[in-house]
This record gives sequence, structure tokens and C-alpha cells, in this order.
Amino acid sequence: MTGAESASSQPAQARAADAPKGTGILRPPTGAAHARIWGVGGFRPERVVPNSQIVELIDSSDEWIQERSGIKSRRWAGPNDTVVSMSAAAARDAIAAAGIETSQVEAIILATVTHPYQTPAAAPIVAEELGLRCAAFDISAACAGYCHGIAMANDMVRGGSARFVLVIGVEKLSDFTDATDRSTAFIFADGAGAAVVGPSDFPGIGPTIWGSDGSQWETIKQNESWTEIRDQGLAFPSIGMQGQSVFRWAVWGMAPVARRAIEAAGITPDDLDAFIPHQANLRIIDAMVKQLKLPADIPVAHDIVDTANTSAASIPLATERMLRAGEIPHGGLALQIGFGAGLVYAAQVVVLP
Amino acid sequence: MASTEQEVLEGLAEIVNEETGIDTAEVELDKSFTDDLDIDSLSMMTIVVNAEERFGVRIPDDEVKNLKTVRDAVTFIQSAQS
Repeated sequence: MTGAESASSQPAQARAADAPKGTGILRPPTGAAHARIWGVGGFRPERVVPNSQIVELIDSSDEWIQERSGIKSRRWAGPNDTVVSMSAAAARDAIAAAGIETSQVEAIILATVTHPYQTPAAAPIVAEELGLRCAAFDISAACAGYCHGIAMANDMVRGGSARFVLVIGVEKLSDFTDATDRSTAFIFADGAGAAVVGPSDFPGIGPTIWGSDGSQWETIKQNESWTEIRDQGLAFPSIGMQGQSVFRWAVWGMAPVARRAIEAAGITPDDLDAFIPHQANLRIIDAMVKQLKLPADIPVAHDIVDTANTSAASIPLATERMLRAGEIPHGGLALQIGFGAGLVYAAQVVVLP
Repeated sequence: MASTEQEVLEGLAEIVNEETGIDTAEVELDKSFTDDLDIDSLSMMTIVVNAEERFGVRIPDDEVKNLKTVRDAVTFIQSAQS
């Protein structure tokens, strides 16, 4: 429809749309000068699954899995653990660590690819579990979801959309894993991590370097679409991965992204107190450290060894663990980088809570 | 400039040695990367990327699975160079 046709179809009494009224001037949103992470929390399901319980269906061995991934065991959700329940548990932990009241949370960003409802999102239900009616929505950025959420929360706090934002990364990948798939069965696991982002007197979240490469969308994906499953009567889907391609992209594609995040933050690698990459595979982490030429004394997250790959949850879970164990200092600088299905990525340097 | 078969083999052997610790003399044309040299898929990708840099060629992901023997890799690199 053209503009002229639209105008001619208006009722006779409608005001001509040739000029705005010009009588109202909007009040701009006012946010904080800076934002920082106030606290992180995590939820690890009780059920520990060692490699010995995985190997039979993939004709493998504990040694084979450890050589290829560094993984010794993982956590799988119990029958009562859901994306929502795990999120709420991690959120309560993060809120307690932040030292704020739950009622101060004004928005929830929940990153996941394993909430088993197409709609509604998990975040509003998590809000309800926490007794909140704040803004709440999910984002889909796979293993990079948490770092996307931190970027958005930083902008929301500084832009005035919310004073405190809860960022949750959560996955129940065991629901979407083919136990007979030799490229993923030993990799994927379950868990939730969360962070509270709020106002700050100093810059606590550096510029985010992020992007996508949709030409490689088939590299990590749900094997069939929902409509293919319906039309062809297929079984419940699993997530597949082309390991070699992911490895190349993650190591040689992401190391420059991590370097750019350091530069954008106005610091040098020597200033870092921690490197917390997505816990995809220990081989990826080790190769990335080598490519980045990070100083040898910088602690590197190795949560993958007994947590495996929890996608969006892996960075906050690793952060929470390293802080709790005293491996990294409160107030220190951590480089975090998420990368995964899409393909998508996001990296930033943050001040540890 | 295109390298000779011997030059590519020697370069590749050094790359394999750096990634896996396998003696360069063990990296012979008729050896299989997986069956004879016991190189797994991720180490293979590291070797591929390092070979790309060293020989100035591009080895697409889809091509990597076809490089079963050292000779396959040497031949591919030589033909990509020409």
C-alpha cells in the first residue's frame, strides 16, 4: 500500500499526517554511570555421572573421553530439576552473593537453548518462582548466551531500563543429547549459573566484542527442525556438532576476538587476573590459551573436568567456583568469552564481584 | 612458490612432531594419520591449520576428512600451491 492510498483511506475527521504535533518532549531514561557484576551464583545437579556410565553406548573408554575432552565426569539433572528450577536456585545464590534483596531485581535475562517449551519463555516463570513480576525474557545465543546477557544487562543498567538485572545461563542438555552420538554424548551436561548486574561507581564491564557467522549455522544444531519431526514422524531431537569445524573456529577464530576484548577494555593481558572461556572442551581451552599467549600465571577456568559442557551456564558456574575456591581475587579482572551454535560469540573483560 | 614433495613431507613431519611429539622420521608418505600415527581429529585440525600457515594454502573443513594418509595431505598441499 502506498502512502497516498493509506491517507485516502483514513476517515474524513482524521488529522492529516503531514506534521507532528510537536507539543510533547520525552524525558530521557536515566541510568547509572557504570555497571558491574555484584555477585554470581550457581546450581549443580546432585547426580554425578562419571565417564564409566557414558562409555558403553559410544563404544569408548574413560581414557578416550579424557584425551579428547579433558572431561572426567559431569552433572545431569535429576527428575525434578528443570530449566526453571535450576535457574531459580542459581538466581537465589547470585542474589545472596550480591547482597541485595530479591525485590531489587528489575529485569531477568535468561540464556538457554534447552527450555522445553517453544513458548512461553522460561524467564517469566523463574521470576514467578522468585516472587517477582519484573521484565523477564529469554535469549537464544547458545554457549555465548551468558556473555550476550552480560552485555545487555550492562547496557540496560547504564541506559536506565533496570537498576539490577539478573542474568541467568542455564541448560538441561541431557534432554537434547543422543547417548549414542560419539561426538556429543560425553560433552554435554546440565546446570545453571547466574549473575546480578547493577550500578557501579567504576566501569565493571568492559566493551563487548560480539558477532555471528550464520554461514556455519549447521555446525552445531538441533539435528531436525520441529516441523521436520512432526511431518516425518521423527523421534525427539538431539543437538549435533561437527567437532573438527567447531574446534577450528573456536581456537583460531575466537583467539582474535578475545584479544580484541582485552584491547577494547584498555588493558593488556598482563593485567588479567583470570581467563574464563566457555567450557566447551579442555582441548579448545588449552589451544586457545596457547594462541592467546597469555601470561603463564593467569588462572584459567577448568571447570569442564567434572562439569563438562553446560553451554550458557558454563562461564558463571566456572566463575562462581573459582571465586569460592579462592583461585581468583574479588575485584580482579577476568576475560570471559562465550562461543557456540549460530555460530555466535561474545567476549568482554569484567571486574570480578 | 610450489614446494617439492620432499619439502612438504619434511614440513608436515615437523608440524606433526610439534603437535604430537611423534618422531619426524615416523611421518612417512604411506602412513595413516589415525591408524598408524594415532592422531585424533582435534590434533589433525591443529596440524591442518599449521600446515595452511606454513605452506600458504587453504584446506577446507570438508577436505580434512579425505586426508587419510600423509601422502593425501602432501598431494593436496602441492596441488593447492600450484
